[in-house]
Amino acid sequence: MTRVDEIVEQIEALQRSDLDAWLGEELIKAQEDAGVLVFSEVECARIRLICTLHYELEIDAETLPVVLSLVDQLYQTRQHLLKLTAAVAAQDEAVQKAILVAIDEGNKIDGKT
Amino acid sequence: MKDPYEILGVARSATDKEIKDAFKKLARKFHPDLHPGDKAAEEKFKAIAAANDLLKDKEKRRRFDAGEIDASGAEKPQQRYYRDFADGPGYASHAAQDGFASNEDLEDFLARAFGGGTRRSQGTFRARGQDVSYVLPVSFMDAANGAVRTITLPEGKTLNVTIPEGADDRQMLRLKGQGMPGFGGGPAGDAFVELHVEPHPFFHRKDDNIHIEVPVTLREAILGGRIEVPTLSGPVTMTIPKGANTGQTLRLRDKGIRNRKTGQRGHQLITLKVVLPSGEEPELATFLETWQPKTSDEPRKEMLK
Repeated sequence: MTRVDEIVEQIEALQRSDLDAWLGEELIKAQEDAGVLVFSEVECARIRLICTLHYELEIDAETLPVVLSLVDQLYQTRQHLLKLTAAVAAQDEAVQKAILVAIDEGNKIDGKT
Repeated sequence: MKDPYEILGVARSATDKEIKDAFKKLARKFHPDLHPGDKAAEEKFKAIAAANDLLKDKEKRRRFDAGEIDASGAEKPQQRYYRDFADGPGYASHAAQDGFASNEDLEDFLARAFGGGTRRSQGTFRARGQDVSYVLPVSFMDAANGAVRTITLPEGKTLNVTIPEGADDRQMLRLKGQGMPGFGGGPAGDAFVELHVEPHPFFHRKDDNIHIEVPVTLREAILGGRIEVPTLSGPVTMTIPKGANTGQTLRLRDKGIRNRKTGQRGHQLITLKVVLPSGEEPELATFLETWQPKTSDEPRKEMLK
């Protein structure tokens, strides 16, 4: 867990006012520990990502939620795919092969259009 | 670590804005959190971020340019990216229990199912090659008339440089695509060649005009006559008027430098310099002893006022 003042200290570009705004918009989540805001390791990594997007790639405050929403959807989709892959991997070799053949058919249709 | 300018694909003379723009472009392509499926993105981004950290800091950049520090000084300790959490098994609430499929299984499966299809969006690491600069000494005549010169680069490569007619001293020529090769199919950088025009023993250039001092004998000066004078395009014959004097300027039209913009040639301006005979001339001396000038010149009058 990293305290709010620690993370502001760690990331040079990070402005406390921006961090508060992101919390307000629920782009990041904080927990409370004895009256102090703290961030989990995941949230710290997410704050770093937002800092890169905002301060370095100059994605403005209004566009930031849109980008993050897409990023979240990407990761969520990947999580779904991960589960699907796990499910496929648990099948017999023949079933796995059949799935791959079916996907291949789909790819061919894509290629024609 | 490689040369930070090379990594960002910018010239050594790049402005802060050019560096920032180059970094933004590469960061969009390689930030690991924006490319969860690209295993190589993290290594690439690490190099890009380190190059940017070095070059965006004026003091660090100056010290690197001066050779006081090397590029490795800018490398940062390992950072944990968002994707390390968000893309790992066990992040999403329910996937946690499934456990046995990893991110790598997913990439492997997608590659088997979709072949190169998934890789298309990841892009490859492409960067423009570094620009290089050279100084090419050019003779006065080559600069005036134009020429093609071949320069051999330190790595053995040769470059044909076309020196344009009327090239200026310190003029910079840009040879597109003749710099260092690009990475991953990126375009090559450019070669910049700075021309250093050497002085000529008697031609002097001023804008499009050529100035030259031409010695004439006492006889040529007093009696006039036709003399041969050098020009950029070879010797030409010109007439010296009767009674010509040192400091007098004559003009040869259109014998100067061709102006690159207008196509008009400048002129050659000839300043005469009367020279006395180098050997003894007793007859001339005898003549002068009895000579009574028609005009009473006082050439130093102005100086002694």
